[in-house]
Amino acid sequence: MKKTRFNELHKKLGGKMIEFVGWELPVEYSGIIPEHMAVRTKAGLFDVSHMGEVLVTGKGALAYVQWLTPNDAGKLVPGQVQYTALMTPESTFVDDMLVYCMGPEEYLLVVNAANDDKDFAWIAGHTKGFAVKVEHQSDPYSQLALQGPLAETILQPLTDIPLAGMTSFHWAKGKVAGKDCLVSRTGYTGEDGFEIYTMDPDPGIIWTTLIEKGKPLGLLPIGLGARDTLRLESKLMLYGNDISDKTTILEADLKWIVKLEKGDFLGKPVIVKQLAEGLKKKLVGFEMAEPGIARPHYPVHYRGQKVADVASGTFSPLLKKSIGLVYLPIEGTAVGTEFEIEIRGKKTKARVIPTPFYKRAKK
Amino acid sequence: MYPNDFRYTKDHEWIKVEGDEAVVGITDFAQNQLGDIIYVELPAVGKELAAHQSLGVVESVKSVSDVYAPVPGVVTAVNEALAQTADLLNKDPHGQGWIIRIRMKDQKAVDGLLKAGDYEKFLEGLEH
Repeated sequence: MKKTRFNELHKKLGGKMIEFVGWELPVEYSGIIPEHMAVRTKAGLFDVSHMGEVLVTGKGALAYVQWLTPNDAGKLVPGQVQYTALMTPESTFVDDMLVYCMGPEEYLLVVNAANDDKDFAWIAGHTKGFAVKVEHQSDPYSQLALQGPLAETILQPLTDIPLAGMTSFHWAKGKVAGKDCLVSRTGYTGEDGFEIYTMDPDPGIIWTTLIEKGKPLGLLPIGLGARDTLRLESKLMLYGNDISDKTTILEADLKWIVKLEKGDFLGKPVIVKQLAEGLKKKLVGFEMAEPGIARPHYPVHYRGQKVADVASGTFSPLLKKSIGLVYLPIEGTAVGTEFEIEIRGKKTKARVIPTPFYKRAKK
Repeated sequence: MYPNDFRYTKDHEWIKVEGDEAVVGITDFAQNQLGDIIYVELPAVGKELAAHQSLGVVESVKSVSDVYAPVPGVVTAVNEALAQTADLLNKDPHGQGWIIRIRMKDQKAVDGLLKAGDYEKFLEGLEH
């Protein structure tokens, strides 16, 4: 099992370690519910060093990123970040990812741990005709996520980067706890917060300082369990559950990251075709209308037919109800539509509700 | 931690004999492994349970687990409080977080279960 550079620190804090896509990571420390609520109300610190990084450089970097992704990387200036996807020619997902514009000819792609090697092979396999160099940088990078309404309050005294001036989906370089870092105002929780990247071979001090300074303000270390409940309440996609190489970007309801006017890109012809013909299924949010918790892979029935399996499903610690995501036939996707989820053999009522399930109040 | 007047299973249930009835719950180890428990599916009163038959389901945020009958019996009561406050299983697993009462078919069946010290040794084995 691979270990992040913070592995021993998690164990010291009582993190319950599990295997996750080949990595030994904490699933929880104090419990999913207290960790979840800490991020929603105060702050939480995550080790997300398992995420993958690929650096793309060269004269053709922009044209190449534009070809591989549906969002318009041409709109990015250095210092900006964008949510986008790596798409197959069928407009399904190789992965979803963040693109950091580092310079006019330099982009950092941040991809899911589960897909890291597959993604790098895909990216490296599509360079033909582009003047680019791609480097797999997952190993040297460590990454922490500091999330929650108090994230800026906790981080500012520890960094020379002026955070008040950093708006959402922007990044800057500077010191954090004395270490060279890249800090972006991004995250996977639906809260305000930061992701902190470093190539320092010994970055433990960043973790311990954030824990120490944040603790009096209510910060908790957060495991993978709460990471999942937080992202689902905010309807942030999880590869393998909600999106995959079997689901198209329009079916995943991610049209907002598709910019057809930017020019040609992988998958575009299929997107244009689906837009013209209409979708057969779409990812929607649901809540249980009867007691029970819907989990991934539970069978889903609509109008007497099995139509899908639950994509994501959990108990929402904030809303205190069972929520989830599922691909339903397009005629069943209107808010209020009732359908059934088989929970341990028992058909249990669920209904389509608006998403995201939770959206933070803007300041 | 583990009361001496209880018996235990390797599936992490406990049973406390009271006359010809017994109270059944899950152990502190089990609740700790499950994490925050939010939902308990209970059997109907009167249901007949064979040994090792699933008597209900405990759901935490992260997982679903069956709870098994440590010995055969008939359900005489269920802990109704768990419908509203399933986290009693976390807070007081050996007390207020009891799950069901059963009338035992054969009290001797309990003798085959683990004593507190043996259960603790069993747990030590799991942690290494």
